[in-house]
Amino acid sequence: MSLDLPLIWAAILAIAVLLYVMLDGFDLGIGILFPFAGSPSERDVMMSTVAPVWDGNETWLVLGGGGLFAAFPFAYAALMPALYAPIILMLLALILRGVAFEFRLRGRARGKRFWTIAFAAGSIIATLAQGLVLGGFIQGVTLKDGHFAGDPLDWLSPYSMLVAVGLVAGYALIGAAWLIWRTEGELHARARRWAWIALAAVTVLLAAVSFATLLVHPEVGARWGWTGDGFDLAQLARLSPIPLLGAAGLGVAALGLRRHAHGWPFFGAIIMFLSGYLGLAAGFFPYVVPYALTFREAANADNALGLMLVGVVILLPAIIGYSIWVYWIFRGKVGADAGYH
Amino acid sequence: MHLDALLLSRLQFAFTIAFHIIFPSFTIGLASFLAVLEGLWLATKNEAFKILYLFWIKIFAISFGMGVVTGVVMSYEIGTNWSVFSAAAAPVIGPLLAFEVLTAFFLEASFLGVMLFGWKKVGPRLHFTATALVAFGTAVSAFWIISANSWMQHPAGYVRLASGALRAVDWLAVIFSPTFPVRLLHMVLAAYLTTALVVGAASAWRLLKDPDEGESGLALKMAIGMFAIVAPLQLLAGDMSGKLALRYQPAKLAAIEAFWETRSGQAFHIVAWPDRDTASNRWEVSIPRLGSLITAGDANAEIKGLKAFAPQDRPPVFLVFWAFRVMVGLGVAMIGLGLWGGFRVWRGGLAGDRWFLRATVAMGPAGFVAVVAGWVVAEVGRQPWVIYGLLRTTDAVSPVTRGEVSVSLLAFMTIYAVIFGVGVLYILRLMGEGPLAPVAALGTVRPPGYALGAAPGDPPTGSGTRS
Repeated sequence: MSLDLPLIWAAILAIAVLLYVMLDGFDLGIGILFPFAGSPSERDVMMSTVAPVWDGNETWLVLGGGGLFAAFPFAYAALMPALYAPIILMLLALILRGVAFEFRLRGRARGKRFWTIAFAAGSIIATLAQGLVLGGFIQGVTLKDGHFAGDPLDWLSPYSMLVAVGLVAGYALIGAAWLIWRTEGELHARARRWAWIALAAVTVLLAAVSFATLLVHPEVGARWGWTGDGFDLAQLARLSPIPLLGAAGLGVAALGLRRHAHGWPFFGAIIMFLSGYLGLAAGFFPYVVPYALTFREAANADNALGLMLVGVVILLPAIIGYSIWVYWIFRGKVGADAGYH
Repeated sequence: MHLDALLLSRLQFAFTIAFHIIFPSFTIGLASFLAVLEGLWLATKNEAFKILYLFWIKIFAISFGMGVVTGVVMSYEIGTNWSVFSAAAAPVIGPLLAFEVLTAFFLEASFLGVMLFGWKKVGPRLHFTATALVAFGTAVSAFWIISANSWMQHPAGYVRLASGALRAVDWLAVIFSPTFPVRLLHMVLAAYLTTALVVGAASAWRLLKDPDEGESGLALKMAIGMFAIVAPLQLLAGDMSGKLALRYQPAKLAAIEAFWETRSGQAFHIVAWPDRDTASNRWEVSIPRLGSLITAGDANAEIKGLKAFAPQDRPPVFLVFWAFRVMVGLGVAMIGLGLWGGFRVWRGGLAGDRWFLRATVAMGPAGFVAVVAGWVVAEVGRQPWVIYGLLRTTDAVSPVTRGEVSVSLLAFMTIYAVIFGVGVLYILRLMGEGPLAPVAALGTVRPPGYALGAAPGDPPTGSGTRS
């Protein structure tokens, strides 16, 4: 039996990117919500809820980039120059917010203020940049002989900006839901208010982005049964479990918020992310550079993919195992007192 | 000079990677130092080790964070600026970089959380395990990245298909390419040396303020023990690395020594002014025949000069020649400091020898300078190739514009200047306060989640307290 290595690797990378979006999503969301905190000590608690895990979360981004290079080098070589500006912007913003975790603790009054702002601004800009990368990616990339041959600002459009704003709302939602889960008292109550606002924004923006995607990309539209002036219902019905999953996530999150549940809003928000992600995948599979390069065309040599698969089969379960263990160690509510110890 | 996207991309990559390597050079060694400190504390219950651990972990946290965020940049910059290289090299070195992420980055990142914040969440043995795993992860990371770089220095275990694409045929030959073991040794020793010099400098600084600070005296002795042994070993590793360059990258070696003519009994140029335009040294101060002796182990050996290579295949000479001399000069100074320190430890009176302490403080940054200089030799010396003999740097660049790379380079320089300035300030501030500084004196309100915000004397098990 021979394994379909490119397909397996497409699945591995898709999971890595999904995990990145969910995991770094909530700690970027904490940064997005930073300006709205009630007091400096609330900000300290907010940061403390993610401080032990953010680095591990961001490593999924390195696996996404490094994995794309290693598994689908032709997609990596095509996409990175095409999305040059938003990727560099994301990296710079991630630097500012990443060092802020330590620098904020070391700074005196002025330094601490500066790194508080840097953490918030860095988180917001990194999220916007990721949204622009995603939007630019969905719009498609002009290739010639496998290399980027478009304009440096191709990624910038009303559509990509809409996606960027939508992603800010999405990360704010899972950030707020995370805080509901992991904090108590005043901050917990505040986080619930944030979650309501973010949930409303995400619902509107996710719907707007979904429809805009059908319009921007006729091929995606056709897959979803969009004919230009109406839906082919039979076609739409086949993919309907995906939007229904999103609606279920919305329901779980809203009901959880209403009933003052602690964990359910986070779970619901994650389900909404999953549905958006699956929706994209359904629109693009098997393309890894939308409608220009399939994952088979972009795949690395089989012997490279095979070697890496051996590594993944052994290492990924271990990574997931000890990552869960670290989350387990730091479980429970993070209070305003020394609740962490 | 014509600033096109290629040159700007080279400047940007050189800048971001040189900046990045500063942090791993320090944290590879410091993670091991922390593991040793914690292990010794667990074994001896000597509180001084714990005090030192809790002091150096703060500096580690800052440095490691800067290393992580500047490292994430590298995994994307290969694609944004060197897409042709990415597509060409991935079939062979792609798995090496993927293994670095899978075996090292996740391990480091996950257990760093336990190491920094888990002091009261896990037992002392588990905490020590976390520290040891972080240290192990940093070394594994070095393994893979030096392996990938060594393959680029001297490709092995591959074939070139009719289409021009590269394919690995022997993974062990790819991973363990001929220059890899020695270069890995050279880099790991460099990291230990760099860390020992920093620990030594910070401790010496404290002893200049307070000669009776026992913890700093202990740390200084540990640092001296490290660099007194490692500095001479590094000279040997460097010599082995040079011999490999002679064999596998003769153009690089010729640039290192500013040899232009191919001849037996090459002179050693102590200093020189190499000029690529005239293909000669404008002036030089030389010792006859020593060049052949050092590089080949035989004063009469014939060594290739740069003129044996076509002008378009010669690396930049001036930079390589001088970077090498900076590295070796600092290495010799480190050996001298090790001898001096060893003598002082043996004869006593370490804390009272103010000149030695001052010299140790002055040598604090020497490791970083030597590491960056060494990488300049390795990388500039490989030019004009990005994959030696297979892909020229000029052919490897992405289809990006001058405008894009100008803006990104300026942005990197600005942001890096800010984080470097602030990071160094915070580290120096901590070093100035020393390991016994009361937490309140750090001047910040600790967030409750910060484990180290607890009084350093709070033991995780309840046994022993700091007096």
